[in-house]
Amino acid sequence: MTARGSESPWRSSLRQLRRNRASMAALGLLMFMVVSSLLAPVYAHLIAHVDPFPANVQGTIMLMGKTVHVLQPSQTGFGVTPLGPTWRFSTYFLGADPQGRDVFARLLYGGRISLLISFSSAIICCVIAALLGMAGGYFGGVIDWIVSRVFDIVWAFPVYLLAICLSVILLTSGLNIGFIHIAPGSLLLPILIIASVYIPYVGRPVRGIVLTLREREFIQAAIGTGASDWRILRKEIWPNVAPTVMVFFPMMVAFNMLTESALSFLGVGVQPPNATWGTISNDGLQLLYTRPWVSLAPGICIVLTCAALNLLGDGARDAFDPKAKLRGGA
Amino acid sequence: MLAFIVRRLVSAVLVMFSISVMVFLIFFATPGVNPAARIAGRGASPQVLAQVSAEFGLNEPLPVRYGLMMWHLFIQQDLTSYVNIGVRVIPQITGAAPVTLSLVLGAAVIWLLVGVLGGLVAAANRGKWIDPVIMFGGIAAVSIPVFWLGQVIGLLTQTKFHSAFRWLPGSGYVSFTTSPWQWMLHLLLPWLTLATLYAGVYARVLRAELVNAMNEDYVRTARAKGLSERRILMRHALRCSLISVVSLFGLDFGSLVGGAALLTEVVFGLPGIGLLTDTSLQNLDLPVIMASVMYGAFFIVLASAAVDMLYAVLDPRVRVAK
Repeated sequence: MTARGSESPWRSSLRQLRRNRASMAALGLLMFMVVSSLLAPVYAHLIAHVDPFPANVQGTIMLMGKTVHVLQPSQTGFGVTPLGPTWRFSTYFLGADPQGRDVFARLLYGGRISLLISFSSAIICCVIAALLGMAGGYFGGVIDWIVSRVFDIVWAFPVYLLAICLSVILLTSGLNIGFIHIAPGSLLLPILIIASVYIPYVGRPVRGIVLTLREREFIQAAIGTGASDWRILRKEIWPNVAPTVMVFFPMMVAFNMLTESALSFLGVGVQPPNATWGTISNDGLQLLYTRPWVSLAPGICIVLTCAALNLLGDGARDAFDPKAKLRGGA
Repeated sequence: MLAFIVRRLVSAVLVMFSISVMVFLIFFATPGVNPAARIAGRGASPQVLAQVSAEFGLNEPLPVRYGLMMWHLFIQQDLTSYVNIGVRVIPQITGAAPVTLSLVLGAAVIWLLVGVLGGLVAAANRGKWIDPVIMFGGIAAVSIPVFWLGQVIGLLTQTKFHSAFRWLPGSGYVSFTTSPWQWMLHLLLPWLTLATLYAGVYARVLRAELVNAMNEDYVRTARAKGLSERRILMRHALRCSLISVVSLFGLDFGSLVGGAALLTEVVFGLPGIGLLTDTSLQNLDLPVIMASVMYGAFFIVLASAAVDMLYAVLDPRVRVAK
């Protein structure tokens, strides 16, 4: 009993999360997705012996002792149809895409970029949102006014539309502000764009919490003892804001993944040669009725990963901050 | 009350002004981008570039350019596309709006029904098997990319189970005034696709609200009075919990009509605001993109102002607090 009584809130919340079976299963699925994408080069080089990036229009593979072309003449008379799924793990497991590349290998590589973008934009988004929300809520006055208006304005755009606007402009010319130069095809662009459109989703609740914290006795006491603003923000405010940010984080990763795939679907997301689950799904669109797996498989990956993230988010909410709203509001 | 409405409207107008400035800046002041080349579209001749420069005053200082742009967009309403030469922008948007509205209205009916029912059933059956089943369905629904769901639905109804869905028309749009029945048939799949995500969100939100409400003091009072659990849930807890659903609905509806239904429209080929934005996107038709984004943002600002005012009518405390 004494040990438990002295346990920090973080540890007890973590312990509670660890006991949540659904969340742990979700975490397992997520780890599986991460690990298998990390192993993409291993699969491509050692098992399938393919390079999933250059076009492979003339390629052939050995299938049941016969040589098979990766792109076959279409039955309808014109064009070519890629090889369908072989269901053999060692070669073209899910068939070929319209350029003759191994879909399964691409799927693994695509997972890397999809996960990289969703996680890093969620981190950037949460950090900036927490900083802005804390600054606005704590300092009040002009700073709060500016922060709130920025949130209001970004909030007023439909997320996809804002992301699309930014992408259209930036993807063709890149970003050049002073000494910052980001090339048009850089992965940083989608990461920054997706991160910035979701900032109010996290920033608004954070600001709301800090506003009420500001009136609490322990903050007043800290101010009274002459602690610096920086110290109060770090030592008193942040520990009370952190659980909320924790709860939002998995949800933001899921949001970002869906947003990234939507942008890629519209052609304004990640640009070739980089591939994500969204772009692979988009590549397979023209073949939806003949070779549905090219488009279906990446979608299934997205659904599974997002469902795992949402489950994890639910568990985190129960453990860290049961009163947090399911959807960020004012 | 009047003071509150005025204050809310003033702030809405301020936000709309800032949005127009921001959209303008995104398109005309991004460092390293030549706006004339943008507006004129791909491979424009030097003459066209010069014409664009003159029309939008691209050699003038920024505020003047902003003023000119807004003048063309809102006052004269003669902003024209350079990609589809001579096509006016505003009529395109007003022509597309009814399609989007049809799509969102129908989907809203479905997601409200399914979402509220799902949340209610799950909360009423806490601890039984049906609760986690519904909640897992909710998680699945919010995890599916909309465009992908649309494709899968299309794939299933047009190939695998084609014979069972023969009564369904192909993609496209038939206006309500032409034939209400065909209007409904054409929109059925898009409605279901769009409603899935929101039904999941609403079921989850409502269940969480209901579970919280069932721990409130007024529920304990109702129990002490000897009311049945069902009556407490339906008459007491649900009423309070619906408030957050209603405010969520106002914002979602606004953003969807404002263009967030883009993906559904693109997948099903419905000629609404979203498809208009997407086609102009593919052609880099900047005036149209700018106008439709601004239209969407304005719609959202107005919708959220309307929600706040409705709130103020329902709950007097809000009038003072804000």
